[in-house]
Amino acid sequence: MTSVALSAYRAPELRLPRLLAGVSYYHPTGLAEHQELYGPLPLRAAVGRSRPGRPRPGSLIDLVERSGLTGRGGAGFPTGRKMRSVAARRGKTVVVANGAEGEPASCKDRLLLTRAPHLILDGITLAAYAIGADEAHLVVHGQEADLMASLEDAIADRETFGVDPVPIQLTGLPARYVSSEQSSIVQYLSGGPAKPTFSPPRPHERGVKGRPTLVNNVETLAHLALIARYGHGWFRGVGTPAAPGSTLVTVGGAVARPGVYEIEMGTPIGQVVMMAGGPSERLQALLVGGYFGAWLPAAFAWPVPMTHADLRAVGGAMGAGMVIALPVTACALAETARVVSYLAEETAAQCGPCMFGLPALANTLIELAYQGGWGRAVKAIATLVPLIERRGACRHPDGATQLVRSALTAFSADARWHDRHGPCPGVGRAPLLPVPSDEEREWDWT
Amino acid sequence: MSAFFHGPALWYATRATGLVTMLLLTASVLLGILTTGRFAGGNWPRFLTVGLHRNMSLLTVVFLVLHVGTTVVDKFVSIPLTAAFIPFTSSYKEFWLSLGAVALDLLIALVATSLIRNRLGLRAWRWFHWAAYACWPVALAHGLGAGTDRSTLGVFMLTIGCAAAVTGVATWRFVGAARAGAR
Amino acid sequence: MTYRLRVDPIACTAHGMCAELLPELIELDPWGYPILLSPVVPPSVMDHARRAVDACPTMALLMEEGIGRPLLS
Repeated sequence: MTSVALSAYRAPELRLPRLLAGVSYYHPTGLAEHQELYGPLPLRAAVGRSRPGRPRPGSLIDLVERSGLTGRGGAGFPTGRKMRSVAARRGKTVVVANGAEGEPASCKDRLLLTRAPHLILDGITLAAYAIGADEAHLVVHGQEADLMASLEDAIADRETFGVDPVPIQLTGLPARYVSSEQSSIVQYLSGGPAKPTFSPPRPHERGVKGRPTLVNNVETLAHLALIARYGHGWFRGVGTPAAPGSTLVTVGGAVARPGVYEIEMGTPIGQVVMMAGGPSERLQALLVGGYFGAWLPAAFAWPVPMTHADLRAVGGAMGAGMVIALPVTACALAETARVVSYLAEETAAQCGPCMFGLPALANTLIELAYQGGWGRAVKAIATLVPLIERRGACRHPDGATQLVRSALTAFSADARWHDRHGPCPGVGRAPLLPVPSDEEREWDWT
Repeated sequence: MSAFFHGPALWYATRATGLVTMLLLTASVLLGILTTGRFAGGNWPRFLTVGLHRNMSLLTVVFLVLHVGTTVVDKFVSIPLTAAFIPFTSSYKEFWLSLGAVALDLLIALVATSLIRNRLGLRAWRWFHWAAYACWPVALAHGLGAGTDRSTLGVFMLTIGCAAAVTGVATWRFVGAARAGAR
Repeated sequence: MTYRLRVDPIACTAHGMCAELLPELIELDPWGYPILLSPVVPPSVMDHARRAVDACPTMALLMEEGIGRPLLS
């Protein structure tokens, strides 16, 4: 593997930051700055498409597989394997970079897109070259006009210098939660509404306009841009052997310095909270993995390493790397009820169990949190949850049910108390988990 | 033998099979509307509606074949087989017979697309199936125009009855859907 | 060769014929949508299962051969 001279970046001396190195507070990193910091786009490293059974040494897909990079969009699927499966298909392929960060609690993709766009654009071009794509897309939520404008500028700069062999098309998605789902994006780019579709076939088999499509989160592609320059050994220099590399996490809630931080994979959750300045109040629990994640009691969660496997093992989920700290003065059930109400409003209204089940679940949770359940609410929720999970075409209902399950597990005592007595003082506290306001949301699908 | 082909027997058969075809087609359309309208009663399960709809449609085709057959074979009036499929190719009551041909073509399309539904996909199949709303009135008009029994009160009332039934059920279905709000 | 039933939740509009024709394997939830009690079709009800698949007005009930789902998600 061609190891590029590690110029201004000084990678082996610094463990972190990597993606966030040189990110300015005031303006996006321009093309010239970006190339000075990281070096030019190493297109020659991405030689050829790998064919199954005959991997060519030095090809980018090989490199990505050996680096152990996994998707940073929430699922944590091995990126190299995904690339190989798309590249193995006949015909021209498509690359889609998913920058539509639907999760209200997550800002990491936004940060990368606004401050380090060229890392992502490099990643798109490299991926396109590696899988033999002749079409490349970057999708973000369309209502953010500033974001679209700055990305258009970045792409235009690259066009001036002819950096990208395959032109990158920027597309704005409707501001709906389910629009950022992989199959929604594929359907939208194929000319349909931005709603999830039934699979099979999956995007890597039949995606945009029927062609095999690689869909990756923008952070994943940013990592790709650096792996192509510095190699798999460098990537594995931080993190753990099972979960290598660095990742971006959004820390929020009752912490002194909420924001986006770059951490090594495998960093214990407590250490992540300390990086964000530590708790601003005494904590009772942490929501890890965002609105498709899980509640974990604070003391229990503190030493748990942030990797997909470790979090799954304790009944949680890593998701797209979010940690929200819940103080003792707040009511977890009220927060959960609000989030599930939001998720219930954001269904695509295509599948009965989700369309009818989530509002019913939200209403029961609201009753439990704010009015008391008359001793029946917890049981009602326990009956509803299995009627909803895994019965939709996409993972939207499953995310909501996972959140509710973890709430009833982590806060079972509180739930029983609410059921019998009604609201606790915590429900009056200002809401902690962010939910977009009605003006920020869109009510159209096209 | 020639009496058979020139006599009234085939003519009676044509009229009879034509009438039965109209009744069966009306029943098919009614059952089709009831299927999408999710009709179900205490002792009437929903699978019965859709099952009967399909069987009625196939039976309609059978009687239609007999109707066309007896018409073509009848030597009293010369109507070529092609007139059953292609409009404006018969000299006898050209316009009204053409309506029959159109209705037959539409029915073939409906049945054929339904038989290969799995391969066609839902959206294409549904698009074709709307043709049922064209097929049925055209068939009824053919009966009134080309049929020789329209002056008979019984037959006339039967035709009106079919028209009323379909109009009534269709109104129930579509007004109800508009009120409930289409999904 | 095992056969498995699967529901396309987007195509399904809760007509409910599948549950009438195959009550051994399909139940309806409170909103009228099918719950598959067991995805695998035992040979004893195979004919009923085929009929249920055929009866669905929106072709939302699918019968598939084979063992399981593809590895890639």
